[in-house]
Amino acid sequence: MHTWHFSEMAYHPAWAQLNESYRVIIPSRLYDPKVGADLYHRYLDEWALCDELGINIMTNEHHATATCADSVCTIPMAILARETKKVRLLALGMPIANRENPIRVAEEYSMLDVISRGRIEMGFVKGVPFEISPANSNPADLMERFWEAHDLILKAMTSHDGPFSWEGTHFHYRSVNIWPRPYQQPHPPVWMPVGSQGSASEAAARGITIGVLNTGWTATPGIFGAYRETAAKCGREFNLHNLAYMALIGVGKTREEGWRRADQILDYSRTSGIVAPQFANPPGYVAPQMAATAIRGTATTARATRLQTRDGKPINPRTVNVEDAINAGLVFAGTPDDVWDQLKAFYDHVGGFGHLLMMGQGGHISHEDTVDNLTLFSKEVLPRLTELG
Amino acid sequence: MERIDVGEVSIEALVHGAGRPLLFLHGIDYFAQQVPFLYRLADNFRVIAPRHPGFGATRRPQWMRTVGDIAYLYLDMLDRLALDHVILVGSSFGGWVALEMAVRSTARLGGLVLIDTLGLKFGARDEPEITDIFALSAEEVIKHNFADPAKAPDYATIDDAALEEVARDREAAALYGWRPFMHNPSLRHWLHRAKVPSLVVWGEQDRVVRPSYGAHLTQLLQNARFLPIAAAGHYPQIEEPERVATAIEAFARENLP
Repeated sequence: MHTWHFSEMAYHPAWAQLNESYRVIIPSRLYDPKVGADLYHRYLDEWALCDELGINIMTNEHHATATCADSVCTIPMAILARETKKVRLLALGMPIANRENPIRVAEEYSMLDVISRGRIEMGFVKGVPFEISPANSNPADLMERFWEAHDLILKAMTSHDGPFSWEGTHFHYRSVNIWPRPYQQPHPPVWMPVGSQGSASEAAARGITIGVLNTGWTATPGIFGAYRETAAKCGREFNLHNLAYMALIGVGKTREEGWRRADQILDYSRTSGIVAPQFANPPGYVAPQMAATAIRGTATTARATRLQTRDGKPINPRTVNVEDAINAGLVFAGTPDDVWDQLKAFYDHVGGFGHLLMMGQGGHISHEDTVDNLTLFSKEVLPRLTELG
Repeated sequence: MERIDVGEVSIEALVHGAGRPLLFLHGIDYFAQQVPFLYRLADNFRVIAPRHPGFGATRRPQWMRTVGDIAYLYLDMLDRLALDHVILVGSSFGGWVALEMAVRSTARLGGLVLIDTLGLKFGARDEPEITDIFALSAEEVIKHNFADPAKAPDYATIDDAALEEVARDREAAALYGWRPFMHNPSLRHWLHRAKVPSLVVWGEQDRVVRPSYGAHLTQLLQNARFLPIAAAGHYPQIEEPERVATAIEAFARENLP
């Protein structure tokens, strides 16, 4: 089992001034660059510490939001590729259907891979619906563009005999010839986040590692099951390291301390989905049947009911508490023993997975608490994870 | 609804009435709410109202991605049906399609009626003229489209199949018109090719695209008249169907074959 520490680099100082949308339309005058600079350095310090603790590093990106100030997932990686020496670096990831230029993505990842001497893992993401507006990206043919960009990036990384030409539906290049080529051969491992069994199967058919977020106790087994089945059907050798699960983790010397930390990190879940409804359902982003539900005015409800306790009770993400979040498998929290027990039970319930994406920082948790959280995890929980392969 | 096969596209279309052919091209939304208006037009015309590829039950071939493609499809359709002196009526997004047809060929057209049309860019690069309805709340979308919000359909009460069609229509509109948003930057430079008499109809309360945009278009078209409709928004044919139908009938009489 590999563990990755993830933070959205939130700009939480603005949250108190926001109401019905934390995304897309919020004015940047609410962002104080001096406070923001301190926060960036603080989050980078926490990631740099991971190199000593033996915890791998994960970044992501979002746009026009106070919930995540990491608007370019490869920028922290560019810093950490040199600041760290040992751990692996996962950017999960690059919204390749929203970026105009896949060749630039191939160059960025390749350069990072070389600088880090082969420690990059590259994520390609569809992006949440609220990313459509900031990118001005056409939602009606998003996945078509996603897969074309994916294919072009991998071809660019694995072609070493001079230029080739690409005249696709969405991308056109007469001369693709990227320098440097990646350090890892044939290319760095590819990841994508998924939220449904259908997307899990698409990833499985291509041998892409999936990361699931906020799917919890009830939805995760089906998604992992779909992946395993499709991999078998396609004759691909299934490996637990094809599956990653993200949980919010709060470890403390006492249960109270661990829960307090988890409660602070849970502010990520409580704020992340707050967005004006029209940005949650851009036309064509989902199939008409699902979009129809949202047009009826239940978009917020539909998203909310994705979270549920293990006996199916819906959880409101805006008010979720630690106890329900633990029950739902979204949070592992308490003493190191508590965290291990919860994690092991979840692992067995879903049929195993090879990567734990640990949100060890989120919301208002302080730097000191984050450092202690990560340190306790690495000393007391991490060694036991070797049991899980 | 009937089917008209043109090339590889099986076009779903409302076809009704007898008389001079009138091709009606619908806009982004509210097709169902325009059907009574189409039947009213059928009192005096043979009305053909196709659902554009990707909208309604007309399947879109994957390669068909531009409004120019739709324009060629309907020009082919007019050839296939051998229609002449056609009154071409386009509303909103459908007005954009109609303009793209007219600048390509007016051979089968007898007149052009543009109702609160989209498709053009007149202003500065940081002055949007077409409201981004996809960035508005549901309540604001209705306020922008209707002078009287009570005339808008209530999506909370319509059935699932109808609502799915609404979602499909929005997806198709996005596919063709997402960027540049609902216009073709070079179209205004070809308007001189639309050499048919034109009637530009505009809801005075349209907040999707303002009457001044329609007035500007009227100046650029040859032989065009501007007709503002009071107490109507982006879809005057829904809010003031009798006024619009009467105006189209008068326009057709003024421009007999």
